[in-house]
Formats: sequence, C-alpha cells, structure tokens
Amino acid sequence: MSAHPATIVAAATPPGRGGVGIVRVSGPAVTAIAQAMLGALPAARYSTRRHFLGKDHVAIDTGLALFFPAPHSYTGEDVLELHAHGGPVLIEALIARVVELGARRAQPGEFTQRAYLNDKMDLAQAEAVADLIDAGSEAAARAALRSLQGEFSARVRLLEEALAQLRAHVEATIDFPTDEIEALAAGALGQRLAAVRAQCAALQGTAQQGRLLTEGLTVVIAGAPNAGKSTLLNRLAGHEAAIVTAIPGTTRDVLRERIQIDGIPLWVLDTAGLRDSDDAIETEGVRRARDAIAHADRLLFLIDAEADPSAASYSVERARWPAAVPVTLVLNKIDLLQRDGGIAAAIAAIGVVAPGVRCLAVSARAGEGLEGLRRHLLDAAGYRREDSGALSARRRHLDALAVTAGCLQAAEVQCREAGAAELVAEDLRAAQCSLAQITGASSADELLGRIFSSFCIGK
Amino acid sequence: MAPMRYAETFDVIVVGGGHAGCEAALAAARVGARTLLLTQNIEQLGAMSCNPAIGGIGKGHLVREIDALGGAMARSADRAGIQLRTLNASKGPAVRATRAQADRQLYKQAMRGLLENQPNLTLFQQEAADLVLEGDTVCGVVSITGIVFEARSVVLTVGTFLSGRIHVGLDHYQGGRAGDPASTALAARLRERMPRTGRLKTGTPPRIDGRSIDYSQLEAQPSDSPLPVFSYLGRVNEHPRQVNCHITHTNERTHEIIRSGFDRSPMYTGVIEGMGPRYCPSVEDKVQRFADRKSHQIFIEPEGLNTHEIYPNGISTSLPFDVQQQFVRSIAGFERAHITRPGYAIEYDYFDPRDLRSSLETKSVRGLYFAGQINGTTGYEEAAAQGLLAGLNAARATRELAPWVPSRSEAYLGVLVDDLVTQGTTEPYRMFTSRAEHRLLLREDNADLRLTPSGRQMGLVDDERWRFYERKQRAVDSEVARLETVRIRAPDPSAAWCARVLGGASLTRDATAMELLRRPGVSYEDVLELIGPPDTASDLGAGDPDERIGAQLRTALEVRARYTGYIERAREEIDRAQRNEHTTLPADLDYRQLAGLSNEVRQKLSEIRPATLGQAARVPGVTPVAVSILLVHLKKRRSSG
Repeated sequence: MSAHPATIVAAATPPGRGGVGIVRVSGPAVTAIAQAMLGALPAARYSTRRHFLGKDHVAIDTGLALFFPAPHSYTGEDVLELHAHGGPVLIEALIARVVELGARRAQPGEFTQRAYLNDKMDLAQAEAVADLIDAGSEAAARAALRSLQGEFSARVRLLEEALAQLRAHVEATIDFPTDEIEALAAGALGQRLAAVRAQCAALQGTAQQGRLLTEGLTVVIAGAPNAGKSTLLNRLAGHEAAIVTAIPGTTRDVLRERIQIDGIPLWVLDTAGLRDSDDAIETEGVRRARDAIAHADRLLFLIDAEADPSAASYSVERARWPAAVPVTLVLNKIDLLQRDGGIAAAIAAIGVVAPGVRCLAVSARAGEGLEGLRRHLLDAAGYRREDSGALSARRRHLDALAVTAGCLQAAEVQCREAGAAELVAEDLRAAQCSLAQITGASSADELLGRIFSSFCIGK
Repeated sequence: MAPMRYAETFDVIVVGGGHAGCEAALAAARVGARTLLLTQNIEQLGAMSCNPAIGGIGKGHLVREIDALGGAMARSADRAGIQLRTLNASKGPAVRATRAQADRQLYKQAMRGLLENQPNLTLFQQEAADLVLEGDTVCGVVSITGIVFEARSVVLTVGTFLSGRIHVGLDHYQGGRAGDPASTALAARLRERMPRTGRLKTGTPPRIDGRSIDYSQLEAQPSDSPLPVFSYLGRVNEHPRQVNCHITHTNERTHEIIRSGFDRSPMYTGVIEGMGPRYCPSVEDKVQRFADRKSHQIFIEPEGLNTHEIYPNGISTSLPFDVQQQFVRSIAGFERAHITRPGYAIEYDYFDPRDLRSSLETKSVRGLYFAGQINGTTGYEEAAAQGLLAGLNAARATRELAPWVPSRSEAYLGVLVDDLVTQGTTEPYRMFTSRAEHRLLLREDNADLRLTPSGRQMGLVDDERWRFYERKQRAVDSEVARLETVRIRAPDPSAAWCARVLGGASLTRDATAMELLRRPGVSYEDVLELIGPPDTASDLGAGDPDERIGAQLRTALEVRARYTGYIERAREEIDRAQRNEHTTLPADLDYRQLAGLSNEVRQKLSEIRPATLGQAARVPGVTPVAVSILLVHLKKRRSSG
C-alpha cells in the first residue's frame, strides 16, 4: 500500500540463548540484501542451507534461508528469514550486516503493523496490533531511557548542543546575510566541523552498549578472605575453575572466567580476599584485586553471613574503590543461618551499614539463591527478557550516531572542497535529524530561537 | 441607517487593499470569479506601510512563487525598484534572493494599474463593518454606511486594523496604520466567531528628511550590476532610475540616550502586552539584549525618487518622541536630522491560524477566508502569498472545486500555510529559508518549474506567461541534453584554460561538459569556451535570443550541476513521506477514543485537528509510534465502515 516503505529488520525469536535464532527482513530491499548476504536469492518458500556472509564475504554463520516474495508473506512485502544458531551476539552481527545493506531496525510491532496494513490480518486482530505497538513502544521507551542515563546521555546532549550551535551559525549567515554576523571563514568552519565530528566519533567509540555486547559485562567478585568467592565463581562457571580450600588467602591472583547466562556473555573475575598481609605475594594479590574492582562493570561484594554478620568488611573496603563502581552485596553462606528470620535479620543489619545497596542472599556451596543472582547479573548487563525492545533500542542509537558521523563527514568535504554554505547546512541538518532519533526531534523554531538569542538580528 | 443592497452580487469579496488583499482580488478575478475589492481607501491600494522594500531571503522566494502563479507583486516591484540586489550572491543558487528597494508611489501606481485593468474585478471604497452570516456560512459584507454586498466567499485581509493600538512613549491611541482608523466593529464580530485570538506587536522607525542627512560620512550601497529582475517576465529596462542606499551605525552615546528613556518605554513599563518579533527587535530591545554590542547598523533606505523622506531601517522604536529625536541626532550623518514622522509601535489582534484549514478558510465559518497579518504573519510577501492562495481557493469554492494547497516540498507558500495551520504562532511569523526542510528544492530560479503548470491548469497563468515558460523549459532541456552528451577529451583543453579555470591542473580523463560544470569554480561561461555557444539559429532552444531566457538558463544549469546528488536525496525523502501527506484524517476522528496515544498527543491532535497524517506527524510531540497507531486506526475505520 505504500510507495516506498523502508526495509526493516529484527530478531524474530526472543533474545537469549536458544537452539535457533531467526532474523526477519521485510521490504523492497530484501532481494538486494539476499544477493549480498547469500550470494543469490533463494527459491521462493524453500528452505535453503546457506552461508550468511559478512562485509568481506566471510561467513558470519551458516544456516537456513527462506524467501517469501510479496504478497505471499507475513507482512505482505518481500520477506527474508535467516535461521541462524541462537545467541545474541551472532544474531546482532547478522542484524548489523542487514542494516549496513540498507535496512533499518524495526520499531516494536512494525512487522505486525505492516501485515495488518497490507490486508494480511482481519479486523478482529486490529486491536491486538495497536496494543502491541503501544506495549512495545512503552518497553522500548523505557529501554531507551535506561540506556540514555548516565554518561552516554550527557555526551549525546553535548554533541547535540555543539551541532545545534554550529547549525545556528551557518543558518544565520544564510538567512541574515545583511546582518552583522561574525562570518565563519571556511577555515574556522572547517575546524569547528572537525571538532564536532571528533566528538561524535569518540562517543561512538565509547558507547557502552557496543562493548557490552561484543565483550560482555565484567563482574568482579570480591570480599574478605574465605567469604566464599571462589566457590561462587565455580558455581557460576559450572565447573572447578578456582581452587577452593578452607584456608583464607588461597586465591592469590585474579582469575578470569568467561561464562554465559541465557547466552549472554559475562566475564567473572575472582579476586584475592581483601586484608592486610605481611606476605608479599598476598599483598600483590590484594593490590590486583583492588585494581580489578576499580574497573568492574559490576562488583559482587561477598559478605560471610556467619563470620561477618554486620558487614564490617564492606564498611572498611567501601572507601577504597571509586564511588562510580556499581556494587551488589551478596550475603553468602545463608545455609549456616537459622532458617526463621535469620536471613531477614542479617539483610536488615547490612541495610544499616550499606543503605540503598542491593543485597542478595545466597549459599554458594548449597546452590541456594543462585538463580536470583543470575537474573540480577542479566539485569545489570541491561538484558531483560520482558523488554525485547531494549537491545534494539540501544542499537538504534548506535545506528543513529553512525549516520550522524557520516553526515558530518560530508559537511566537512563540502566545506573544504566547494565552500558551499547551503550544502554544509544541508548536511548539518541531516546530521541533526539523525541525532534527533536519540534525543527527540527539534523544530525549525528552536533553531531560529537559537539564532536570535546568539546574534543581534534584525533591521 | 437603513440597510441597502448593492445591485450587483459577487462570487468573492476581498476586504482590504493591502498586499494580501490585492493578490487575493487579482487571483480570484484571474480564475474567473466575479470579484469585489472593498477597501477603506482606494488611494492606499498596495501601500507599503513599513519599510519600502520587497524581497530578501525567504521573502524573495515567496515573491517568485507569487509571480510563477501569475501574481502582481514581482511585476510591481520591477516597475518600482530603485535599488536592486541579489542577496547571498556569493553562496549557492538555492539561498540567493532578490531584494528591491521600492519607490512607494511607483509601487502603488503599478499595483493600482494592474487592479484597474483586471477583468472581473470591481474596486469599491467603503469600510467593512460586519459580515452577513446565515448560520455558519458567510454570504456577504455590510459596510459602515449600511450597504450590503452579497457574495459566496469573503476573504478578510484586514491587517493590523483589528483593535489596533499605536504607542509612542506612554501615549497610545486607537488606529490601524498611522493616519488610518482601526476597524473595531468588525473585530468584535470576529471575536464572537473565532475561537482563539492573540495579540501581536510590531514597530516602525522615525522617518527622516534626507536633506538633513550628511551623506558625506556614510557608506553608499549601490544596486548590483547586472541589475536583477524579480519577475520571470521582467526586464531590466522596466526598472526606474537607480539610487543608492547608505549605511550608518549607532554608537555608545546613542545607546546611553536610549537607556535613559527606558522608564518611559511602553515595552519596559508593561503598557504593551503584544509579542514582538525576535528577528525585528526595536532598537531599545537591541541595546538591552545585546548590551555588549557597541554599535548596530542602520540602512538608510530612500522612500522614493520624488520624495526626500528616508526610512532608517534598524531603529524601530516606541520611545517617547523627545528621546527619539535625541538618539537619532547622536548617529553619524544624522547630527542635524529632521524627523518627519515619529516612530511607533502598534499592537493588534490576530486570529490563531490553527483555526484555519490549509485553504485558509476558517474552520468555524464556511466561505470565510483569512490572509495576511490577521493570521499572525508579518511582511508584505507573506501577506501577498496568503492572499493569492485565499483568493484562489475562495473562487474555487464558489465553483465547488477542491482547494489547491501546495505541499511543503513544492513551495515556500506550502511551508508558510502548513506552519501556520499546524503550529500556530506566538510572534509575527516571517519566512526564513531555514523553515523549509527541502531548501535546496525551493529556489528562486525554479518557482516557475514548481508552480506555473499548476497555475496554468487552474487559470491563474495567462497565455503570455505560459508561452514564455514553455520557451524557457525548452531552452533548459536542450542545453542540459547538450552538456550531458558533449565530451571533452583529456587533456584537450588549452593550457591557458586549465591555468585559469582549473588552477593549473589538467584534465586527467574524459568528461562531459556537465561533469566539468560540476567542478567547484567552473562556470557555464568557462564550459562554453570549450564547447561553443548553443545554436542561435533556432529561437526555440538554448540559443533563444530573449535576454531573460539567457540569464535564467545560466542559473538553471548551474543548479543542475551543483545540487544533483542532494536533490535526489531530497526527492527520496519526500517520496517516503508522501504516503503520510496523502492520507487524510477524517474531520470527525475522536482522538480521545484512540487507544495507545499518550494524553499529550491526544490533546494536541484534538486541538489542531490536522487534515493529513503528514500534518499530524509535524505537530510537536507526535512521535512516529503515534503516527503508526493513527495509521492502524484509519485502516480499521475503513474496513469497518
């Protein structure tokens, strides 16, 4: 029904580890995308085994490809399905490749919406479509908000501000040529453009979400000697990665173990028990432990429920690591506490020492409370099953940043090679439009307001 | 007084003879409607009540669009232009704009001549006092002496005449433009019918007798050479004698004097409530808001060839007269200046343009159209553009034809109307090129290409203009074809040519003439040197001997070479948005009942009631998700209905 709809892509299976992960693509670019990724368009409606090719014709994965030509598909448009091995990193790599080839990430409910608009569904299903878009967008909005908190958000706003200022200047010289606006010489404009582009590139580089996806969250287990850190590591890893003895100080160095929870990769670091020691090796181990803590994406601080019920170890250590390190208290050895009220009392006592810090009760040895801890780590990594939109919302931000960077680069070329103010302005407009996908749209009136407050305009 | 019916009945009555009124009356008459132009004063038809200039960035674009649709503004400006310039000449063609300093008398004369000679148009001098209404439909106008004029459509272009109030210092009085009365009776009637009104403010500077100015100290600003023309049909020899503008500056003493008058300023003492434009601040505003600036420039603009009066553009003020006199005389060249008229600020009513349809018909009264300052805009060009659209649509409505409204990607006129009816305005709305998201498409050079065919189809464009248009397009097409086929062999061009045009570089591979033209610094003339002039034997191609075609062809080619990639990108964007622009939203859609919309979006859509999905998407706060939800609901409605 539409003249030129965008081609959209999304994972059709829920995130997390499963046997098969399906990437679905719908829209007019499907044929071209299939040719680029599969070498050729598969026969219609036949399941075909293919390599899924990445940028340099290196296979990202091998799996089954299905092509459903319009209108006989779920959405009524050309649809391509890639059935790959499950796992969020792999699925994301496939989606990123499809985006590179001209698609964009689908909004929540967008496939279903297209199906409905293209008469693939009856009226009775319409309510459900609206609800789906609504619920999906709420989840995505929450997810986007979450990913916008903190440093990333602050830096996006700084970038937007720099871009808006530059635009105001360029636009002012175009719309008010007879006013006394300090003209930006081509050289000065070029410098400011380069500065904004560098800011954008730096932001892309440090976008936390990208790193978490490819490298995984770094979780550091720390605590007093013999609090059960290595036991917890072994539990999470599912095998004996660390040597466990009853002797405090057994772990001397930092142990790194890569684990997966629901297919989400995590690095778990076991560290030496924190105490002052005369042993040179142990002292070095403690120094390394503190170093690891300072760089943690998430710190699990273990408290021995039996030996340290008032969490004195936490009170001592808290001041020694940077305030920004996110910390979760883990009350270990709860199997040794009295069943009735013992755990609640211990958590209450810890709450006095560490107000507002999340505290989980586990028994690493007995395996109690570990499922809750795993869920908590997934939360900390930003993955939540109920927010299927979360991951793609953040990826959309990164896509938007990439487009912004491209537009800024084009503006620089225009400025350098043609010195054409109106073309620089056009590229800057496109850059801001793209950034607006993260920060929300800005209007022409806001731009004008900025011009009028920065320059004395008007005869 | 007994009501008395005017013998003749009309299709369209236009009330007001300013820039909106003139174009409205002309457009309605051009498409064949029997039209009456009712004005308080026939002598004031086409009067420039603010500064004597037409055009400028954004505004010049509108003037060209009016011209492309057969309107009068560009033709009058060509006959009245006493100093003409192309602004942004050093930038690309998309943002270049023509500006004319106009002789007020010549401009009025030219406009009046066009009005008097327009078939189907009757002029009548009489103040409109009230509307004749039948329920929610307008059917005429009553004048203050009780004459009833009947018509099927009425276009109101009454400018600042509604509850106008003029301020000089702390004194104020009722008035339209200085010297003319305000129409308070009509204002009361409209307030009754229109749901939302607002109040705006604008100002003018004191006028000065040019003989009391010492020009020897001032920088002169002559016309450009070659002289620009406004109308596609215009010729340089239509222009009257050219004179210079001049530039002077305020200084720190001027600013001190201005500050000393703040306690008697109507703006800073709260007497004025209306919102003034941010881009046209009074001199007291400039001094206050940009306190670190030690001087502000003033353009000394001649009012005409046969008057000594000048318009000092840049010192609009509502300070008391004694302060005005003092600060004016502190300015270089103005030491002995004689003020001929004090500056003043004027406050006036406007009706919230969100209560209009895109056709400029009011949503509350059928057959009633508004154009110009009454809608919260400022500027002759903005007014004239709306006037043309309102007059056209008022006339079309009398024949049961659908209204015509250009899209945002088709014309600044489309941007103007869409901004007004979807966003409303809180300050006098003026056109800027930065308001248009497709600025590279909306150029002065291609307004004819964008609009003249539609204008012709609707009857706005006469045979002369249409023939010229066809000749020009043929010339452009044939020359584009030639430049795209003629190849220049590397390293063929002479060393001298390469040294001058390519800065010493040589051509490394074969290129078409168009590809060469695409290079920065290469002009059409440079290319002609290599490939020779177009064939002059035929007068229906690029060699057309008409001087106007030669000049317009050059720009068209330059644009083609320079913007190709950008224009393609813009076209793709527009294509993608097209579906939303063409999806109409039913007038009875109850947004409060639509599941999935946020309360904020529901409220905004209920307030604005956008006509299309595209308009809805541009309402601030409406997200892409909200648009998706609207789409689904529309589909559902269609299926169940």
